[in-house]
Amino acid sequence: MATPMLRWCCPGRRWIFAGIGGGSRHGRGVPTGSTSSGKKGQSSVAQQPLITAQKPRKGEREWAAVVGLEIHAQIASNSKLFSGSQVDFAAPPNSLVSFFDASLPGTLPVLNRRCVEAAVMTGLALDCHINRKSLFDRKHYFYADLPAGYQITQQRLPIAVNGSLAYSVCVGKRWSQMVTRTVGVKQIQLEQDSGKSLHDNLRSQTLIDLNRAGVGLLEVVLEPDMSCGEEAAAAVRELQLILQALGTSQANMAEGQLRVDANISVHHPGEPLGVRTEVKNLNSARFLAKAIDYEIQRQISELENGGKILNETRSFDYKLGCTVPMRDKEGKQDYRFMPEPNLPPLLLYDSGSLPTGADPQQVIDIDQLRERLPELPRVTREKLVRQYGMLPEHSFALLNEVGLLEFFQNVIKETRAEPKKVTSWVLNTFLGFLKQQNLAVSESPVTPSALAELLDLLDRKAISSSAAKQVTDVKKGNPRAINKLIGLVRRATLGRADPTVIKEVLERQLSS
Amino acid sequence: MWARAVWLGLRASAGGRRGFPSKAAHQGSRRVTAELIEHLERLALVDFGSQEAVARLEKAIAFADRLRAVDTDGVEPMESVLEDRCLYLRSDNVVEGNCAEELLQNSHRVVEEYFVAPPVCLFGEIYERN
Repeated sequence: MATPMLRWCCPGRRWIFAGIGGGSRHGRGVPTGSTSSGKKGQSSVAQQPLITAQKPRKGEREWAAVVGLEIHAQIASNSKLFSGSQVDFAAPPNSLVSFFDASLPGTLPVLNRRCVEAAVMTGLALDCHINRKSLFDRKHYFYADLPAGYQITQQRLPIAVNGSLAYSVCVGKRWSQMVTRTVGVKQIQLEQDSGKSLHDNLRSQTLIDLNRAGVGLLEVVLEPDMSCGEEAAAAVRELQLILQALGTSQANMAEGQLRVDANISVHHPGEPLGVRTEVKNLNSARFLAKAIDYEIQRQISELENGGKILNETRSFDYKLGCTVPMRDKEGKQDYRFMPEPNLPPLLLYDSGSLPTGADPQQVIDIDQLRERLPELPRVTREKLVRQYGMLPEHSFALLNEVGLLEFFQNVIKETRAEPKKVTSWVLNTFLGFLKQQNLAVSESPVTPSALAELLDLLDRKAISSSAAKQVTDVKKGNPRAINKLIGLVRRATLGRADPTVIKEVLERQLSS
Repeated sequence: MWARAVWLGLRASAGGRRGFPSKAAHQGSRRVTAELIEHLERLALVDFGSQEAVARLEKAIAFADRLRAVDTDGVEPMESVLEDRCLYLRSDNVVEGNCAEELLQNSHRVVEEYFVAPPVCLFGEIYERN
């Protein structure tokens, strides 16, 4: 399924605050430093870039929104975080469950090395400080899909802290007006996923599948440095690409491998931060920005009407397109955190501190992992811009679609045409065609070789560009176009080429 | 003996105490309020049923309070009693699972291969009934 192009661009929909005339967002410059606005709920003055309206009505003041995110990414590993049962998305219910996952008495957690490596690699990619010692804790709450009655997490001392994530958003109406923003990464922690509950309201029961219980999660906490849905969506998108490039998570939101919770509050610039709400169940890339913007709007409307914001948990209702309160108001949840008594501290090493004679299986060397880090999306894009002279937004587009970059690079390898031509063809004609047919790159009937061949013909001026575009017509199943092509090739070869031979060659190329 | 325990309890010591902030009633008073009982019942899914149970809880707190007699000023708290052990790292291989039938035998009710639990909204209500 093809992903929408450049989803994180804002194509013209602008912020409209209740009571304030709809205005466009003025250029906020390019702040590249992390602008941490301090802890939520405490009276600190935010230093957020402003969302200004063009003409605030008399007596009305501007609003600024503060958005923080908690992102849970399922670790791409064969087995679970603390047990040896398999990690798989689709399997018969309760078939991937070990005795530990089912919380049978007498079972103990045993930490999966791959999960620790995944956490360290992600921390390194996000410029975090890796804690040489981190601790595991129990977070207690009762829910049917949490058989132990607690989740093993890292509350006191997580594995990585204080990093940053750079992402790009469009300002203004043109895609080429992209700026880089940075959001602080507060921490990354390892924790267990819970099982799945299916609510059967008809028979008044809940069905529990523990296949997912115990799967390793990376919780990435982003500081409240973002100020709207678009920024949040862009940050999540970039994190997704990073996790996929690292191989630490497939980060597919549709399959529940990447889940986002947002903490949202609004305030008047210069005043203390407002009360925040937590919006959970943001599991769709498409609705992430929408849901956050809705909540911001809701809070502003509420406050402007003299109401108050409750510190509550809300859920996004996809059908209604709004946030709704989630839990009954029973006061703040008390998780009764305690150290996990069955797990000693997790110690990590670097080349300088590696204990001599240690079993390599039992030690993790941060420096070694750093050396083996795959190329990050940001670096890949920079290389594309340098090597092929393409615009930054093109490099984003190439990385935004699964398999597209590889396709592009294969075409480049096989064609003599100029890189700029290749870029243009791949991003416009080819990608446009895929979108229209709702195909993924892997499902494309046009191979890189075929496109390369076509671009060569174009380059040699053997065919015109309109003729080349007709090739896609043929691919769509319009055989008459092939005859037109034959005519053109014939003309190009000054009538010397045999039409039947031309037809054969073209058909061979086009059917590959 | 109990008087001494009360006196020690009143010396709410801040020094050397770290870790998780706790809501428990050791602010010097050993009286456990009805509010706290309700809170604990909801959090821990226990049923304090009778006044005797509450009294037992108070005694348990008093017993633990005697730890305050130890002077921990300037002493680093331990992470856990395992803190100097080696944390074993397991290789990422699939070696368990595939025992749905066995696990489901433990369940009071099953539907196909799912465990059956009461509908989620009842969790809160169970405690109101008591």
